[in-house]
Amino acid sequence: MSADQGGGTRTIRTDYLARVEGEGAMTVKIRGDEVEQVGLEIYEPPRFFEAFLKGRSFREAPDITARICGICPVAYMTSAFNAMEDALGIDPGPRVGALRRLMYCGEWVESHALHVFLLHAPDFLGFDSAWTMAREHREMVEAGLKIKKAGNDLLRVVGGRAIHPVNVRVGGFYRAPGRDQLDALVGRLEEARELATGAVEWVAGLPFPEFEQDYEFVALRDPDRYAIEDGRLVSGSGLDLAPDQFEQHFEERHVEHSTALHSLMRDGGTYFLGPMARYSLNREQLSPVAREAADRAGLGPECRNPFRSIVVRAVEILYALDEALRLISAYEPPESAAVEAEPRAGTGHGWSEAPRGMLWHRYRLEDDGSIAEARIVPPTSQNQPRIEQDLRAFVQPRVGLDDERLQWECEQAIRNYDPCISCSAHFLKLTVDRS
Amino acid sequence: MSAGAAPPKLAVWKFASCDGCQLSLLDFEQELIALPDQIEVAYFLEATKGTIEGPYDLSLVEGSITTPADRERIREVRRQSARLVTIGACATSGGIQALRNFADVDDFISTVYAEPGYISTLEDSTAISANVPVDFELQGCPVDRHQLFEVISAFLNRRRPAIPSYSVCVECKRAGNVCVTVAHGTPCLGPVTQAGCGAICPSCDRGCYGCFGPAEAPNAPSLSRQLSGLGVEDVDIVRLYRTFHADREPFRSEGIAHER
Repeated sequence: MSADQGGGTRTIRTDYLARVEGEGAMTVKIRGDEVEQVGLEIYEPPRFFEAFLKGRSFREAPDITARICGICPVAYMTSAFNAMEDALGIDPGPRVGALRRLMYCGEWVESHALHVFLLHAPDFLGFDSAWTMAREHREMVEAGLKIKKAGNDLLRVVGGRAIHPVNVRVGGFYRAPGRDQLDALVGRLEEARELATGAVEWVAGLPFPEFEQDYEFVALRDPDRYAIEDGRLVSGSGLDLAPDQFEQHFEERHVEHSTALHSLMRDGGTYFLGPMARYSLNREQLSPVAREAADRAGLGPECRNPFRSIVVRAVEILYALDEALRLISAYEPPESAAVEAEPRAGTGHGWSEAPRGMLWHRYRLEDDGSIAEARIVPPTSQNQPRIEQDLRAFVQPRVGLDDERLQWECEQAIRNYDPCISCSAHFLKLTVDRS
Repeated sequence: MSAGAAPPKLAVWKFASCDGCQLSLLDFEQELIALPDQIEVAYFLEATKGTIEGPYDLSLVEGSITTPADRERIREVRRQSARLVTIGACATSGGIQALRNFADVDDFISTVYAEPGYISTLEDSTAISANVPVDFELQGCPVDRHQLFEVISAFLNRRRPAIPSYSVCVECKRAGNVCVTVAHGTPCLGPVTQAGCGAICPSCDRGCYGCFGPAEAPNAPSLSRQLSGLGVEDVDIVRLYRTFHADREPFRSEGIAHER
């Protein structure tokens, strides 16, 4: 994991990052007291989704792209049907929209709970897994698993299955759940909301390294609600974009150490996606319960310490559970579970807030509704350059730490982003070949 | 396992995949905490950075083989594993990424990446069983967590897993569903697809799309005649068979038979 190559150079390397989704490696090279090079390498084998989507029907895009990621399939399905409905000029209406938001809340709960309790919390307390952590913090791990289960139950009822839901289609759902089915979830969701309130307090008490950065936060915003399933893309420096303007402001570059493409703003700057960006840009739209918990946790109006993203994630779990309960109590089954979508030629753009940040899709369709071109930009490839920048800034004042400690903290710094390497490795496409 | 003996060692490996099948293991929820009482989690990177060297009593393998390095790695995993069980469509069939097997992979690479020279990949995405012998294959995209639980307990207790190989139709009847094909003319792969999901698609008025892969001895040509009779065009019949188990027989041949 570490080697002194002479000349005062040492390399800290983790060949297989643990407790992240997918396969990546980390390298930090230090010469003397200077950080010379950092890299988050993504070597997850490429799967070529954008290529084999060509020729498939527009109707298949949600089910096929769901398979990019088993942790956040609803994000893929949502960005896909948003893009297809844009291309086809259809709008399933507010009742289907509310049901989609409800399902997405389930995914936020499930994915965030996995990350907070099983993947990230052990870092702060010096454990190598949730199992070893459970020996001393059993109650909290059990609470986390209960919260996660509530999210999965919600996905099963609305989506038909927790991983790769089957009830989702372009235009709406195959079958809308009955009131009674949703009401049956209320008890479990209320219990989970109670547990999540305690969890925010618990994670707020974890020890956090001093580390604040000047991030360019980027997240969706919706005038009426904390953006999840759609919105406009806003940034701390004043961007305000519709989905079809994304490519004018962001670009991807292919670099040698990664099967994911790096994404940057057109001016070459990095940016930050995910819970901390959403919270810092849209905090006022959280429900009172979630906002008060954030206040008690000391989060303030914005959060710039990525190690505290675990607190923001816990606040978002609480919000998603609270929002799910609100949506269930206001639920009116749509008159029709879906609007019919007739194929036509066109281009559509769509996005949504995956648990780990904004996920963008674009499709060009032929007359018969088959896909002529697909482009997908997942959150982790957008965060990857920012992760590397964090590593560099984080390591520099800590070069005096021994290798083992430094490696531990660097891995933790990567996990701050809840990177989904399976997601990021497959697809991305450059518009221009710069070779 | 006799009293005082070391608990069996479990390893979980990932190849080209979406992580969803491994996640099913973490979806055991309350049973998850108790797992280390029964079995030593010796290698499971998605969940723990603590690793214990092989050999392993049971290896669960997710994902398909798509790169030269992974082809070597799966051989090493096989050497280290007393029992090797594949979990999910990628590991048992090559997965959705096996769609490359029907195209020229060089075209695929240049579609996605600007600098094809950086990408090392094999021409085909193959099932684990095409690379090394496997002891059991658990189908599903993703696998069903109850079936996964059954597979692990069966191997711990040295018996064969009780995983039915009949079709989704059996489960669908048992669920009391009205047949979506007979009643509504909805195309459905249920008759040729292995049970295990709980007939979840027909249960929400949708035709099965085959994510659990072929059942034992399915009659795909007969189903295709039925689909054609419903007015399903060949291009859509090909799409139906050629998705999550595109390269597994008989879905593979049936897809090819309907290609123009």
